[in-house]
Amino acid sequence: MTSVSQSAAAASVAPTTRPVFDWVLGLAIAAVAAVYVRAIYFTPAEALQGLAQKIYYVHVAAAIDAYVAVSITALMSLVALWLRDQRADRLAESSAEVGIVFLSVVLTTGPIWGHKIWGTWWAWWEMRLTLTLFLWFVVAAYLVLRGAIEDDAMRARYSAVLAILGALLIPFIHLSVYMFAARLHPMPVVLKPSQPSLPSEMLTTFVLSVCAFTFFCAALIRARYRYGILRDLAASLDAEGNAA
Amino acid sequence: MSERRPPGLFCAAWLVARKDLAIEYRTRTAFFSALVFAVLALTIFYFTWDESVISPNDRAPGVLWVVLTFSALLGLQRSFGLEEYDRGIDALLVSPIGRESIYLGKALGNLLFLCAIQVIAIPALALFYNLPVGRPLLIVTGIVGLAMIGIVAVGTLFSAMAVNTRLAELLLPMLSLPFFVPVLMNAAQAATKIFAGRPVAEVWPWLKVLIAFDIVFVVACTIAFPFTLEE
Repeated sequence: MTSVSQSAAAASVAPTTRPVFDWVLGLAIAAVAAVYVRAIYFTPAEALQGLAQKIYYVHVAAAIDAYVAVSITALMSLVALWLRDQRADRLAESSAEVGIVFLSVVLTTGPIWGHKIWGTWWAWWEMRLTLTLFLWFVVAAYLVLRGAIEDDAMRARYSAVLAILGALLIPFIHLSVYMFAARLHPMPVVLKPSQPSLPSEMLTTFVLSVCAFTFFCAALIRARYRYGILRDLAASLDAEGNAA
Repeated sequence: MSERRPPGLFCAAWLVARKDLAIEYRTRTAFFSALVFAVLALTIFYFTWDESVISPNDRAPGVLWVVLTFSALLGLQRSFGLEEYDRGIDALLVSPIGRESIYLGKALGNLLFLCAIQVIAIPALALFYNLPVGRPLLIVTGIVGLAMIGIVAVGTLFSAMAVNTRLAELLLPMLSLPFFVPVLMNAAQAATKIFAGRPVAEVWPWLKVLIAFDIVFVVACTIAFPFTLEE
């Protein structure tokens, strides 16, 4: 029965030598490119920071989506551990891989901006940057752990445990860095209770950059998830072939 | 014929800890390796700074936490590695004790193992770095104890996980060190202030974070541990 359903599943994704174009991902890349054309050529430069402020459209948007992706990993890990659902584990894995890419973007653009504005590449007392660095370490450990385990069920359980403990760790790192030293990062200029103090043109570009980046993030997770399905299917067909 | 009741949670945990400590007492290999490592590291760190720029007193807290972290990793590495010989873990799993007891016992064994190392390493630190002996050193030993609980809680769980992977030795530090960061940040700052002669009341905020970390991760890791043993 199982082999029949797997064969049917295999037939529905019949092997092909044609390259498969992911239209959603293509559209997301186009949206990101369009937003950055607007940010570079059609949005005024900030008076004090000059061109360095343009990095804000990448840095903040990447940071928001990195945190969203990592949150999805933690949430899906909880679901995977609770319901033993392979789809939740696959989604957690996909989000973690996309999350580390976005975290890397944050950790690259942050120091570039910091060097121009603060005069230093790295500031340990800056809560969000330091938290992002430690989050990067946890996600990297999560991905290495996944790669170091052969058994599917064990991999799902171990990685879910690590992701959940990682989620518990975040408030402690946040609190520790907060207590470590004073903050140097600029105060929020968009999510202010009264109203955003960003000029309207910049605000529009910023909102568009967040939307484009979120779309890009979702498209990457979707593409990685679909790859996961095909990989697992190929592995099960391989196992069937070896058994036969 | 009266049936023997299985031991309770903490009683069973003590039995597991006692078993590990008995093995260590008879072999003594891991203890001496970790101890020699700790004292050796203390001496090496002494020569890595210019004494005229940073006084030994100022660098002692930093050295203490680096040495403590890596000697803890050495101890944690052997915790579940020990059970791999002759599949000792299978015997533990079929014994009439809860899996939470196995975790708590292993963690207690590791804690006592690391405390034994610190009992020698902290006086050695005071000796080599000319630290004030007396109340400050006692308070710092208490801070080390609080930090150890958090480190052992997380490290024991990751030791159980890492031993079943292809990259056991490499994976344990990679998994554990990000989790040690809040412990080390708070403990190091508290110890620095104590060595500088500040009162305990001034370091209380850092101690509260350490205590909260210990409680949260001892509970979370005890709950999570059975998932790492499931077959």
